[in-house]
Amino acid sequence: MKQIAKKVLTLIITLFIVSLLAFFAFQIIPGNPTTKLLGTEATPEAVAALRQELGLDQPVLLRYWQWLTGFLSGNFGTSYSYHMPVSEMLGEKLVITGILVLMSFAITVILSIPLGLMAGSMKNKALDWLCTALNQLIMSVPPFFLGILGCFLFGTVLRWFVPGDFVSYTTDWGAFLRYLILPALSIAIPRTAMTVKMLRSSVLKERGQDYVRTAHSRGSRDCAVLWHHVLKNTLVPTITFLATSAAEIMTGSIIVEQVFTIPGVGRLLLASILGRDFPVVQAIVVLLATWIVLVHFVADLLCQWVDPRLRQEGKGV
Amino acid sequence: MKRFGNSFLCIGTALTLLLVLLTLLSIFWTPYNTTEMNPAEKMQPPSMAHIMGTDNFGRDIFSRVLQGMGMSMTIALCVVAIGSVAGGVLGALCGYFGGLPDLILTRICDSITAFPSVLLALVIVSVVGSGTGQMIGALGVLFIPSFARVTRAEFARCRGQNYIQNAKLMGAGHGRIMLWHILPNTMQVLLPAIAIGFNNAILSEASMSYLGIGVQPPNASLGLMLSDSQIYLKSAPWYAISVGLTIVLLILGFSLIGEGLQQRSRRN
Repeated sequence: MKQIAKKVLTLIITLFIVSLLAFFAFQIIPGNPTTKLLGTEATPEAVAALRQELGLDQPVLLRYWQWLTGFLSGNFGTSYSYHMPVSEMLGEKLVITGILVLMSFAITVILSIPLGLMAGSMKNKALDWLCTALNQLIMSVPPFFLGILGCFLFGTVLRWFVPGDFVSYTTDWGAFLRYLILPALSIAIPRTAMTVKMLRSSVLKERGQDYVRTAHSRGSRDCAVLWHHVLKNTLVPTITFLATSAAEIMTGSIIVEQVFTIPGVGRLLLASILGRDFPVVQAIVVLLATWIVLVHFVADLLCQWVDPRLRQEGKGV
Repeated sequence: MKRFGNSFLCIGTALTLLLVLLTLLSIFWTPYNTTEMNPAEKMQPPSMAHIMGTDNFGRDIFSRVLQGMGMSMTIALCVVAIGSVAGGVLGALCGYFGGLPDLILTRICDSITAFPSVLLALVIVSVVGSGTGQMIGALGVLFIPSFARVTRAEFARCRGQNYIQNAKLMGAGHGRIMLWHILPNTMQVLLPAIAIGFNNAILSEASMSYLGIGVQPPNASLGLMLSDSQIYLKSAPWYAISVGLTIVLLILGFSLIGEGLQQRSRRN
């Protein structure tokens, strides 16, 4: 219990630091938003009025406080380019990207665990080499190129779907999910290969251990040993790796949204970076960072739950 | 294991060498002029004259791919150089001397590596603006923590060993110990890290240029070409496929070298 309380405290401090960094990073930007909004030939009065409207005439610390409290109550600021609340712009996009990320994460987990266990228990050396080489090749394909290949194969050659013909979940859930399958796969496949590689090496390491030999000598079958003994011991590194994957998958989705023209958070982030619409960039960055910090936090708790040895600090494995 | 062990290293080195040689060649000679437009030959499929076909302006894709590869490799080299030198020095100092600075730096490195580097690079680029120089700076800085971590662990491991105590007793200074006694012993871990660094740098560069916030248009870059080629996916699929495959081969070469080196050091 005390452990968890300590972790939650660290979590809160981490999030606080993230918010500080995200806020002050955008304070040091060369050039100010008023020139962007009004052009370089604006009258000083207009600039002053706008600065007041945006709250830029107040001291930095006060603005940070207002921004933070606003953020916590769901007010993410106002977009410079569209003059509308960022939270309104984000709403639907967050759901779209969230589902895309969840889908590819689920695919990664479902595919990589059995494949990784299989790869780790391969007996035939030539086959093992071939699988490792193939895995290495799949790992090297960037998700955006896999997406383009998918568009070409399924869009142009087989004509199973029309690239760019995105349907939002507000109109049709089925069509929405169907459209997301290919993007989710293009992010998940290289990730799966990486997870398989990592799992394979941990399985190989565990299989040399005494407890595995003991289990075999008791007459357990290979499968049973893998599933009951080896998998449990590889869970901690796997969970940690999957947490990193969850963060990487999110970055992948920013890029793949561009390939499949999915109107998600990634496209908004890019458009806002190119248009220098800082409140939007800031809000998205804080949300993404929070997601990453939370994923690592959950992974940390899961690891402790799986492996009681980690609960005693200082006496870890 | 031994029979198949080093084949990754061999294949990876051969592939990377081939690509590097082609890139070096392209500095002096390319089959066609990379900027010359030839409307009569636009969107030609691959043939003996144009092995990767031509693009929407009638430019030879193979020549442009060679040029783009040069750009990607130069950027990757700069990024890895910044990351490995700065990260190596920081990691070596922290691992060797330890203490409070070590604790703080390890904490910072751990938190930075928790975030994907492309995402952080996006944030940095949104603050400092997009462009080749900015991207190199951003990625270079973001590659420091991973190198620092690897080097720190190795230096901390070697610090307590007998041969170091011995060297100390013989009157060797800190600098000499770090450079001559510990550094050669860390190569087993550092070299694969550098190979994987190249792999990640090329991937990050291609992703960012693809998104339009890396290398900017008059220059050729593989990521940029891939995003251009996507518009012509229906009419000229060879464009996207040949550019994409080049990226895959570049990344594959370095990742095989990394894997091969790791296998070798695991065996020793």
